[in-house]
Amino acid sequence: MKAVLAWASPVQRPISILRGFRLTLGLSLVWLAVIVLLPLSAVFVRGFDEGWRHFAEVAFSARAWAAYQLSFGAALLAAAINAVLGLLLAYVLVRRRFPGRALVDALVDLPIALPTAVAGIALSALHAQNGWIGQWLAPLGLDLAFSPAGVVLALVFIGLPFVVRTLQPVLEDLGRSQEEAALSLGASRVRVFLRVVLPAIAPAWLTGVGLAFARAVGEYGSVIFIAGNMPYRSEIAPLLIVIQLEQYDYAGAAAIAVVMLVLSFLLLLGINALQAWQRRRQEGVA
Amino acid sequence: MKLRSILLLLSLVLAWPLAAADYTLLNVSYDPTRELYDEVNKAFAAQWAAENGGSVRIRQSHGGSGKQARSVIDGLKADVVTLALAYDIDEIANRAQLLAPDWQKRLPDNSAPYYSTIVFLVRKGNPKAIRDWEDLAKPGVAVITPNPKTSGGARWNYLAAWQYGLEKYGSESAALDFLTRIFRNVPVLDSGARGSLTTFVQRGLGDVLLAWENEAFLAVEELGKGEFEIVVPSVSILAEPPIAVVDKIVDERGTRAVAEAYLKFLYTEAGQELIAKHHYRPRDPETAARFRHRYPDLRLYRIGLELPSWSDAHARHFANGSSLDQVLANARP
Repeated sequence: MKAVLAWASPVQRPISILRGFRLTLGLSLVWLAVIVLLPLSAVFVRGFDEGWRHFAEVAFSARAWAAYQLSFGAALLAAAINAVLGLLLAYVLVRRRFPGRALVDALVDLPIALPTAVAGIALSALHAQNGWIGQWLAPLGLDLAFSPAGVVLALVFIGLPFVVRTLQPVLEDLGRSQEEAALSLGASRVRVFLRVVLPAIAPAWLTGVGLAFARAVGEYGSVIFIAGNMPYRSEIAPLLIVIQLEQYDYAGAAAIAVVMLVLSFLLLLGINALQAWQRRRQEGVA
Repeated sequence: MKLRSILLLLSLVLAWPLAAADYTLLNVSYDPTRELYDEVNKAFAAQWAAENGGSVRIRQSHGGSGKQARSVIDGLKADVVTLALAYDIDEIANRAQLLAPDWQKRLPDNSAPYYSTIVFLVRKGNPKAIRDWEDLAKPGVAVITPNPKTSGGARWNYLAAWQYGLEKYGSESAALDFLTRIFRNVPVLDSGARGSLTTFVQRGLGDVLLAWENEAFLAVEELGKGEFEIVVPSVSILAEPPIAVVDKIVDERGTRAVAEAYLKFLYTEAGQELIAKHHYRPRDPETAARFRHRYPDLRLYRIGLELPSWSDAHARHFANGSSLDQVLANARP
């Protein structure tokens, strides 16, 4: 809301192709409620079906804590890795012209298109002790498959496109001229990156990382094939939900889901706040 | 009765344009029975077409037994269920009332047209010298089993290990400790028996797989000739995977006759032959005698004898807060 007003006030009311502010706002809120809020509130209600005690017993058991730690920890780590490597990849794709660039560009989307189970099976086949990669890493004591490291690996895989795809258009818009101007004025490369490029791409970057993180927290299909799924060790929270369902404990499954929802929401809210802060700071500078 | 005959008449009238009816059935089964039912379905379809005209096509669905039961409870339209243990069909009867509670008395041999047991699959030459259940608890032995919460086979092997521990070490707490030591050796929990077989055979993980006897044979004879060996422990468990027609679904879909014929086919000579071919132990004495050389004699614990009934076993070992949860908690690093 704030952003919309701030945008609207200095200029005269912008001409919009969307007429009827109230109608469109109302429609979109109803749509959001039906598509997002309704199912989520059903999860909340379900979670307390069998009372607070049952909720706490399942949602805050030692096993559940271990699963949250793994799910959120691995998702954060994967998002951080994607933040760095995704930025690099996006930068290379936008700024460099090399043979096969179109091919690489198309490859980036593959982790979204691929059924996640296929990704999980492929990754575990590669990284198992007898896999193409695993056979070389295993003697070094690096067992990626069937361990928490495998979880991070799968989450990096599925999260990559989100960072790259949100950064690409922004980097394209940015153009080279500002960078070139800064360089010609004697700024070092690092300084140009930090003071010119980074502020311009930071909001999109954060969005991409946030999306990659959110996707990773909820990921199930690819992870279960490579995680090992041992309770307290390599069991992700979504798997624990499925296990609760399989023993017909629907309230317990919903209870874990509620905790995940709240934690995810808080983290995403944090990322949004960071973005807003960054934007304000930038506007202050400009 | 009258209503039923009217419905029958109505369905006949409606089905008239199709001439001799074409049926499709959905068989919701547990994880390792893919190959068995592939062949059974073909054989049954041929027999049905010869005797009744019209075609019958049977679709199969496979997965961990508990998971499959839940799918049916949640609305998967299974005409027949062929699961790994009676408890899972009991759950369908109790929770969704899709079939009569006494379903297990409707077909011979506790509605289990074959039985099987749990054996060990080890790598060639048995490098870790695994002979019996107690060897699974030794430090440095990696044990592969599916998750007992989701897999029927895993529940059978958990109960076998439990009973072994109870008899050998003399108390429940000692049995719990024994299971804890075994689960400390488990690096991966797959949701079904086939997933564990893949982990052991294709991913090369683990020193020993606790497997259905038929899965162990499949690995030895087809997946990796010469790479694996079967170790038969001193004692194991009598596993009776039962079958049932899901009353509500077959009545709704008008498939009762063909579904019942399908299950009965498993008890015929042809059905028993296929069962034995896929390394399940046949019930028919003649067929059993012919395949006798394949199945080692060993003592088998029985549900309802050494072991409690399924509902007791489930409450004590597999429900929330039961012995399995304790074992997993104790086994954590």
